[in-house]
Amino acid sequence: MLALETIELTKDYRLGFWRNRTKRALDRLTLKVEAGEVFGLLGPNGAGKTTTLKLLFRLIFPTSGTARILGKQLDDLSVRFRVAYLPENPAFYDHLTAQEFLSYVASLFGLRAAEQRRRPGELIDQLGLSASRNVPLRKFSKGMIQRLGIAQALINDPDVLFLDEPMSGLDPLGRREVREVILRLKERGKTVFFSTHILSDAETLCDRVAVLHHGRLQGCGELNTILRLGVSTTELVLEGPSAEVMAELTPYASSVIRTGERVRLEMPEENEVQRALEIILRGKTKLISVNPVKRSLEDYFLQKVGEAE
Amino acid sequence: MRVATIAVHTFKESVRQKVLYNLVAFALLLIGASVLFGSISVGVEQIILITLGLSSISAFGLLIAIFIGIDLVSKEIEHRTIYNILSKPVTRVEFILGKYLGLLLTLLVNTAIMTVGFYGALFYQKRALGPGDLVFLGAVYFILLQLAIVVGIAMVFSCISTPVLSVIYTFCIYVIGNFSADLRTFGQGTQSALLGTMSDALYYLLPNFADFNVISQVAHSQSMPGYLWLGNSCYALLYITVLLGLAIIIFEEREFR
Amino acid sequence: MTSLPALLSQPRLRRRACGLLLLLCLLGLIPIQRSIDQRSESNREVAEVLFLPSGKVLRQLSLGYEGLLADLYWTRVVQYFGRKGLAHSSEFKLLGPLLQITTDLDPHLVIAYRFGSIFLADKPPRGAGQPLEALALLHRGIVANPDYWRFWEDVGFVYYWDLKDYAAAARAFQAGSERPGAMEWMRALAAKVAAQGGELATSRFLWSEIARQAGNDQIRKNAEDHLMALQATEEIGKLAEVVALYNSRQERPARSFQTLVAAGYLRALPRDPSGKPYILDPGGRVRLSPRSSVDLSLLQ
Repeated sequence: MLALETIELTKDYRLGFWRNRTKRALDRLTLKVEAGEVFGLLGPNGAGKTTTLKLLFRLIFPTSGTARILGKQLDDLSVRFRVAYLPENPAFYDHLTAQEFLSYVASLFGLRAAEQRRRPGELIDQLGLSASRNVPLRKFSKGMIQRLGIAQALINDPDVLFLDEPMSGLDPLGRREVREVILRLKERGKTVFFSTHILSDAETLCDRVAVLHHGRLQGCGELNTILRLGVSTTELVLEGPSAEVMAELTPYASSVIRTGERVRLEMPEENEVQRALEIILRGKTKLISVNPVKRSLEDYFLQKVGEAE
Repeated sequence: MRVATIAVHTFKESVRQKVLYNLVAFALLLIGASVLFGSISVGVEQIILITLGLSSISAFGLLIAIFIGIDLVSKEIEHRTIYNILSKPVTRVEFILGKYLGLLLTLLVNTAIMTVGFYGALFYQKRALGPGDLVFLGAVYFILLQLAIVVGIAMVFSCISTPVLSVIYTFCIYVIGNFSADLRTFGQGTQSALLGTMSDALYYLLPNFADFNVISQVAHSQSMPGYLWLGNSCYALLYITVLLGLAIIIFEEREFR
Repeated sequence: MTSLPALLSQPRLRRRACGLLLLLCLLGLIPIQRSIDQRSESNREVAEVLFLPSGKVLRQLSLGYEGLLADLYWTRVVQYFGRKGLAHSSEFKLLGPLLQITTDLDPHLVIAYRFGSIFLADKPPRGAGQPLEALALLHRGIVANPDYWRFWEDVGFVYYWDLKDYAAAARAFQAGSERPGAMEWMRALAAKVAAQGGELATSRFLWSEIARQAGNDQIRKNAEDHLMALQATEEIGKLAEVVALYNSRQERPARSFQTLVAAGYLRALPRDPSGKPYILDPGGRVRLSPRSSVDLSLLQ
């Protein structure tokens, strides 16, 4: 069962005083997200990530195209009992305390009275907000608000979570906590769909990613595949190589960088690495390190974005 | 029911607004003071107390209805708390209805407090209350009907416009609504048939509050006409339905960028 | 046939159905409002006005909107007068105070003085029958608007028509004629009235002036009724002369106008200004038809 499926989802905005100019914020997005995976929607600011999420929750309406969450159409509100949404930079009711707010959300889900009392407490503890249980939300810091946002998204124990920039505004500790939450959810078989522009988070968490730029899907795929894609090079770091050694090695290297006594070479061909090592050992050159260079998500991202420009 | 949940939440939010306490306190003060005003001219004490007291209930109810009513929807949109609510299994219709009923509940409670104060002042003045004093509850009921309509109007504007303008528009409609009979006479006085038809159309379209205002009648101990009970209630019910329907239609189409 | 729930599930149809329902509710307001209005007509009092007896206080309270309030009060005057007139009541107790408040709010609201004075001066049931009040109102208007000569025209009219004080009327017309912008006929009128007092031609002139300047159907109709009455009086007089002439020349007195037409004394059967035929009664007097809408009592 697909957790999320979008088919040619498009959103145009009419701009200008006379509403005569059109700006396409999302262009025919077609995506599939399997149940149980952690899916990252990547893209620079303004790429259409938030637009996508808002379309899924009918905060804005698509110009064309459709989407289905857990097989149901977007206007079928029954599916909302099984999913959750956390907007970017969330804002909640200032005058309520954490406990009161979560109880309110719980009541909106129609949870039984006993659940309504229990669940908020659980989540508050789970996300480290126990000390601020009865503090009005207007006194919360950004990080606390973010954590509360995760808490309210978990109230109904959803099968699919949609998070818009869940790590924004968090310090490294907070980020780690959120990462743990997402990983624990994955262990329990939940699906997490989140948007971010922090690639390292995506790298550690996601099974699959999609790159969005200028509203269009630039690329989509399994993280393992992407990270092994392209040429895998090997990095050799030497110290104080002689001129002869350098002369022999340079033809094989795709890049040579000198920093003081250290030289960093990138060898594109794997079989050439053996030959290089022989040359280095023969020349009695000091070898600092040999490392395979994995293509990073950043490279993939920059490439895709570069293609779109 | 989710509507009830949202309504109770709205009620609690309104109650925590400090401005409410100030208004209620001031109104009670005014009602109390009217006991003193009355001693200025002989024989008019009771008339002044009733007129001033009921007018205060009406005026302060109006202030609450307008100022909190305007914020009902627009504040949620402005503070972006609306994203959370609408992403829950809550329909937009339930949202509007819940907000409306919540403010109505607030008004009910406030009016009840002020009415108790009113009867208190009346008791102080007359030393005894009789069944004839129940007629003031009728006047309060009509005031509540008026307020329910005004909240509806404020709500419609809350879905469309910015708070400052909404306050002005709602207040203007309230004023015009009180003079709608005169509006019609203006139109009838002109020669043009077109203006006459237009002014008639406006007369029926804009809320006619004049019939809800029985304060001077009860103050002068004239009885309230019986047909007004049914007439006003039906009118208010229909008009509120139209207003809420309008608010819902506008809100359903609204996008939150 | 698709069932109702199926229909309702389609958003577009549902929206249309709701829109239709709302429109019906809106239209449903009309009969409710109408029925309330019908029943309130007889009850509606201007009682709330009594609570603020002083126009001057009201003026201060109106925060700069006196003009608007004055217009509102003037509308109330017209409504009040109209309603009382329709009910053929002979009591216009509140007319004076209402006009007082209106002109306190806006001393330059000319129409309030002019037509207010007509409402006040006219005899019941058409008016309050208070010519002295009317004069007082007009004098306040003159004090506030000293250059507006038409007030003098109205003062003169009240003296002329309602009080039959021709000397005072002539003085008023004279004073008015001296104001800037006054029309030429004011002076002629002053002279005429001084010399001949109440005369048909003068009366007709004054009433046709009122009819011409009337901004309101009620006032115009009132003036036209007076004009018709005057014209009918004149015609009755002339017809009576013709009848007397015939009777003096023939043995038998005329029984109907038919006779006079046949005998050539009249060209056609005479009709009054409302188009109904004049009647020659058995006693030989010229009368109006019972179906005539001319009201001679206005001239009393």
